[in-house]
Amino acid sequence: MKTRLSPLFASLLVLGLATPLRAAEVQVAVAANFTAPMQKIAADFEKATGHQAKLAFGATGKFYAQIRNGAPFEMLLAADDETPAKLEKEGLAVSGSRFTYSIGQLALWSAKPGYVDARGAVLKQGAFNHLAIANPKLAPYGAAAVESLTRLGLLGSVEGKFVQGENIAQTYQFVSTGNAELGFVALSQIVENGKLKRGSAWIVPSSLHSPIRQDAVVLTLGKDNPAAAALVRFLKSDAARAVIKSYGYAL
Amino acid sequence: MLSDTDWSAIRLTFELASVTTLLLLVIGTPIAWWLARTRSAWKGAIGAVVALPIVLPPTVIGFYLLVAMGPNGPVGQLTQSLGLGVLPFTFAGLVVASVFYSLPFVVQPIQNAFEAIGERPLEVAATLRASPFDTFYSVVLPLARPGYLTATVLGFAHTVGEFGVVLMIGGNIPDKTRVVSVQIYDHVEAMEYAQAHWLAAGMVAFSFVVLLVLYTLNPTGRRK
Repeated sequence: MKTRLSPLFASLLVLGLATPLRAAEVQVAVAANFTAPMQKIAADFEKATGHQAKLAFGATGKFYAQIRNGAPFEMLLAADDETPAKLEKEGLAVSGSRFTYSIGQLALWSAKPGYVDARGAVLKQGAFNHLAIANPKLAPYGAAAVESLTRLGLLGSVEGKFVQGENIAQTYQFVSTGNAELGFVALSQIVENGKLKRGSAWIVPSSLHSPIRQDAVVLTLGKDNPAAAALVRFLKSDAARAVIKSYGYAL
Repeated sequence: MLSDTDWSAIRLTFELASVTTLLLLVIGTPIAWWLARTRSAWKGAIGAVVALPIVLPPTVIGFYLLVAMGPNGPVGQLTQSLGLGVLPFTFAGLVVASVFYSLPFVVQPIQNAFEAIGERPLEVAATLRASPFDTFYSVVLPLARPGYLTATVLGFAHTVGEFGVVLMIGGNIPDKTRVVSVQIYDHVEAMEYAQAHWLAAGMVAFSFVVLLVLYTLNPTGRRK
């Protein structure tokens, strides 16, 4: 005698087989400056593949220390290209999995409209009390800011007015609350769909600093995770690249 | 070993903790006195406000202080109209934040000491025609000495150990707002683990010695 499957069970079975891979999860450490685009990308990723990307946002240097000490991350989207390379060299990342997912753009921004002019001359006038930058020792955007100021010959005159955020998110917070009149932030923090969200800004020409190349890498824990491999493919797709560009990254 | 910036952070930390503790003893005494004596319905509410920093995450305190003391916040508006500018990113700002943050650690031991004295010595002093100030100076203060010792040590140590609030309103400026805890954090983030160890181990030793002194001079069993 043949057992008959109930229609409901049968349709569930078909649905289950129709999904090529079982939906999996991938734990991703994401540089703070990439927060907004990554939230969008993760949602699109889940829609497109059924896999889930669990995101943690923070400073790349902190993630590095955590990964070295056994943090359960399977992928890192760093704010620089050095950290992923170092992790690969130390055997903590899958060799050959590194790729550049975005190139950051630096912006001088004020929460006040009309405060920052289109050429950044406000820096030369120096009529401000506080200039926020990300700690140049820790954050690539901070290092790029110092490099740009050096090229402009303004470092000496504005250095005394620096207030430092531990990462680019805190730097943004200093400017956004008005405590610092202006500051160097990531363009991705202040634009959406190619438009400035509020205040005034000058996009620092990329000729003034070395490129802020942001690399991603699959970590050893994520080696055999199909969701990690799928996320790598997704980040390289045209759809994801369009999202990344719309948040003010060069690519 | 320790670099110049490390030493400058240590110096700044002790300056901040000293100024904060002195201010707290001055501000905390009347608050503790009122809390210990009052029968007002407000006692519970004021006591709760004083104790808030114990339970609130420093990030909450830091964030609200940043917003409130900023140019658009109520405190910021006030300080600007007084010609003081705005407080975040200044040493004065750190002092204000630390006073708020360490308040319960100073008020509560003093309040407990005042409560332990009870009515009797005050009544006796009054029958001997001591003025309220005289009573306070010659009767209350000596009796409350263990409470003051605890308050001073805890207020100082707690300010030295402050991190989250300073991180959020300090801006990490050398000689002005870069205290030891922030410096350690920076060393760790920059993967300078050796330097981080020197400072961190120093903090552990310092904290242990401070508490050891406190518990030796002020054993809880003898407090009454």
